[in-house]
Amino acid sequence: MSVAFCGLELSHPVINGSGTFDALAARRTFGENLLADFPFAAYVSKTITLEPRDGNPPPRLWEAPGGLINSIGLPNKGLERYLAEDLPALAELTSAVAERAGQTRSVPLITNVMGSTADEFSRLVEACEQRAEIAALELNVSCPNVKTGLDIGADPRQLKDVVAAVRDRTRKPLIVKLTPNTADVSLCALAAQEGGADAVSLINTLRATALAPGVRERVQRPPRRWLGGGTGGLSGPAIRAIALAQVASVAARVSIPVIGMGGVQSPAHARDLIDVGATLVAVGTESFRDPAAAARVAQGLAG
Amino acid sequence: MRALGEVYRVLSVSDPGAPEPQPGQFAMIAAAARWGGGEDERPYLPRAFSIARRAGEESQFLLEDVGPGTRRLCELKAGDELWALGPLGVGFTAPSQGRRAILVGGGVGIAPLAILQDALGVDTTTVLLGFRDAPRTAGAELLSGAHLASDDGSAGHHGPVTDLLAEELGRDAHAVVYACGPSGMLEAVRALCATRTVPAQLALEAGMACGYGACFGCAVPRRGGGYLRVCVDGPVIDAAELEHVDEHAGAVA
Repeated sequence: MSVAFCGLELSHPVINGSGTFDALAARRTFGENLLADFPFAAYVSKTITLEPRDGNPPPRLWEAPGGLINSIGLPNKGLERYLAEDLPALAELTSAVAERAGQTRSVPLITNVMGSTADEFSRLVEACEQRAEIAALELNVSCPNVKTGLDIGADPRQLKDVVAAVRDRTRKPLIVKLTPNTADVSLCALAAQEGGADAVSLINTLRATALAPGVRERVQRPPRRWLGGGTGGLSGPAIRAIALAQVASVAARVSIPVIGMGGVQSPAHARDLIDVGATLVAVGTESFRDPAAAARVAQGLAG
Repeated sequence: MRALGEVYRVLSVSDPGAPEPQPGQFAMIAAAARWGGGEDERPYLPRAFSIARRAGEESQFLLEDVGPGTRRLCELKAGDELWALGPLGVGFTAPSQGRRAILVGGGVGIAPLAILQDALGVDTTTVLLGFRDAPRTAGAELLSGAHLASDDGSAGHHGPVTDLLAEELGRDAHAVVYACGPSGMLEAVRALCATRTVPAQLALEAGMACGYGACFGCAVPRRGGGYLRVCVDGPVIDAAELEHVDEHAGAVA
């Protein structure tokens, strides 16, 4: 069941979506059980930014029909403290997982980074390049360009420029996490490939919002949004069919590996993504509902 | 499942071998069957509930039907299966020797005070509970010896439960306050205890997707900046950690 991905050897094809599983918090909660049954073949960090971020004011969640809108706002310690504190702890965690498995598996660490300019991305990537614990990098390009307001990843030309700018700064595999909030995701995937990406991952959450309950009874104009961040991203089974279409469209156009995700709850959903061309599958929101969800998906794929 | 008056239900979940919960800890719960497909194609996420009591190999939870998730749970019949994850989070810390515990609860939020009273003992606790109306006042049976307040004057003091708390603190300024209830009540408790410099432990509620630190959805502002995660930093949080109790700290129903 092992899978080759960008020069890495993974024990199975199931990983986590960035920001959907805090392995360090999970270890504090589940202890030894997490190490014995670590659900992911590789572990993707939360998005790391140059400076620390508190995240968005609450409320941050809204339950949608068959899914979840989140507006978390990428809280993180910032690059310096991530490299000093979290990365060594994650490396210790994954080597403990390998030890429990009798060194028959390793769990490569993928660090997800986000900048708002090519220069910020370059500084993030250069710092990560120095660290042996990091097996691969994932670029979160769902950040608005401060000048145009458009997400970097939604504009193929900008995306290609950013990827090309960081490509030379690292020898590690470079994954670009594509945004679905664009006219044609396959054009963005091609742009990432032309910029030098080693793989693409998709889909990120779909832009969505919700009004505060009872707002129709009020005369407030515009009506108040429920989420503290105003808008958020929709995930969960509600987006699964869209994810399948986008992953199929991208896999048909690019020659680099694709990580497919979006609403995966079962081995059958993962199999669908693999059948349309994904090399790996990520479980995201379903891990919120059940921390063992990804382990269940991986076992089902193997069986 | 048993009714506690016309509004509340006590859900008893058989879970042999589960770790013994600390008072104030919670569990994430979903019905094993038909979780989804209700109003607005919900529920989707499991729901967080304080553990109200542990009796033998059963955990008890207090329910009120306020949305598609709690509605589905209220429909459960004896023998139905649940998905549950817990006990989770950080619970209450017992008062130091010789200090009296004042338990202040509001509405369905009285739940974690029951298991806390079980742990601390009836003799060393004073219980103050507030309810909206007469049908909900029956919830007081969950604890022993409760002094009541009600919004509509149907039972006990006609007014907020914090009126009773102010009187109690007037009698015993060395007490420790333990509170759980709606955000408005918790904010009133926090403000009163801050004024009287009485330590308070507040069991908070917030919309959360996972319960174990993964989603970062249950953030509440921390005094001095940044946020606390209710699921892993709480749900019981020292009132001194909070500038105020967030008005948005409601749960997914």
